[in-house]
Amino acid sequence: MTKKTVWTKKDLLGLEYLTAEEIELILDTTRSFKEVSTRKVKKVPTLRGKTIVSLFFEPSTRTRVSFELAAKRLSADTVGITAGTSSILKGETLKDAAKNIEAMNVDVVILRHSTSGAPHLLAKAIEPSVINAGDGAHEHPTQGLLDIFTMREKKGSLKGLKVSIIGDIAHSRVARSNIWGLKKLGADVTVCGPSTLIPLEIEKMGVRVTNDLDEAIKSADVLNVLRIQLERQKKALFPSIREYINLFGVNKERLKNAKKDILIMHPGPINRGIELTPDVADSEYSVILEQVTNGIAVRMAILFLVTGATGGSPREGRKK
Amino acid sequence: MTFKEKAKIMDEGAVQKALTRISHEILEKNKETKNLAIVGIRYRGEFLARRIVENIKKISGSSVPIGILDITLYRDDLTEVAEQPQVHETHIDFDISDKNIVLVDDVLYTGRTIRCALDEIIDFGRPVRIQLAVLIDRGHREFPIRADFVGKNVPTSLKEAIEVRLKESDGKDEVVICEKDDR
Repeated sequence: MTKKTVWTKKDLLGLEYLTAEEIELILDTTRSFKEVSTRKVKKVPTLRGKTIVSLFFEPSTRTRVSFELAAKRLSADTVGITAGTSSILKGETLKDAAKNIEAMNVDVVILRHSTSGAPHLLAKAIEPSVINAGDGAHEHPTQGLLDIFTMREKKGSLKGLKVSIIGDIAHSRVARSNIWGLKKLGADVTVCGPSTLIPLEIEKMGVRVTNDLDEAIKSADVLNVLRIQLERQKKALFPSIREYINLFGVNKERLKNAKKDILIMHPGPINRGIELTPDVADSEYSVILEQVTNGIAVRMAILFLVTGATGGSPREGRKK
Repeated sequence: MTFKEKAKIMDEGAVQKALTRISHEILEKNKETKNLAIVGIRYRGEFLARRIVENIKKISGSSVPIGILDITLYRDDLTEVAEQPQVHETHIDFDISDKNIVLVDDVLYTGRTIRCALDEIIDFGRPVRIQLAVLIDRGHREFPIRADFVGKNVPTSLKEAIEVRLKESDGKDEVVICEKDDR
């Protein structure tokens, strides 16, 4: 009756490591979970008795709250640890911190860390499932998944869908997760930004590169506009903010050449007036807030799948 | 483990007659259709529920709302099942408060599915009453649950399995009894 893909992975580390079928399974599961958040009682007993710890070494509001709500709507117990208040500043290593958390019989650890690969290290070191909530400039799989879910929901299929990712590709884990996932599902991906913010050899990921925003807009079904990380601008990766706005800021004028049903997406938080003008961010093309809604459903699906995963090679010695 | 077919206990005509009778009984017991709603349990309960709603429309002329429950998220054996079951959507787009709900499923066995369904429905609101209609009651209850409307009572042994096949999912209407093949 339904195609049978079985989830076997203990962890969610990135979209790079998933098959197209596994991504589809997550998206299908997400659709079912989305309904739960529309109920009067937004809670199902599925993960009752499971404990989930979120370990955030970088500031985050949206992702942390989204994961927490997802866990709570599945009836799991959650504890949040943020770097500012934890003993990591007392010199404890990440691995020690995680080993201590493991010793408290936790089922899932959600990790955000500024070092690429930190979740991979943890996944090997501890038995609980590890979910990558963003590692350095590497991947942010749940953001990638919620972007792809939103595109699929709005456009039906990813096959042949033209997606342009605009902005700071080099520092963006969101871009990388998008590219991995979108390519696997058959979308055409273009990246567009100042040359200093486009990583060398990004073409090897199967994407097209352009420095011309108008061109990137013209062909696109979806624009995924990234946040300019002003905190990184100290390194002067482009001459000035004003120049960036002139060349890469998406505004109503530029959208005149766009397809009539183009989708504007943004992972948030928006720098209004820089990468997006307010009238575009609030326009009928914008699905930015729907992305946030879908984020909870995606994270519910991920928590459900990793806590129930069985068999498969990456899940050795899992306790019953 | 394989099952071999042992006997056909209902054919298309029998399934249809049972559903017609159940529809009449639902109307008889609930008197009016004003607050009536039918909720089918995925998968086959959904198809049976749709047929009952159609029957009720034919008999009484009024359309009653239909809902579909996916009970996966309420299962009590999620940590024990070998494979993570696929989750599907629940669709109840009417307010269930003050409704007389008739839950519909194909086979009533241990009662665990119905327990899940009751928990889930109650999370949607407070119905006046919940009744249960099943095509087959095969016994072996593990919970204090019984059906209000039954198509056919089929005493079975634990070695046997009941397979309900419906046009919507299996191409034809029939109910067969199967037995574990130990060879």
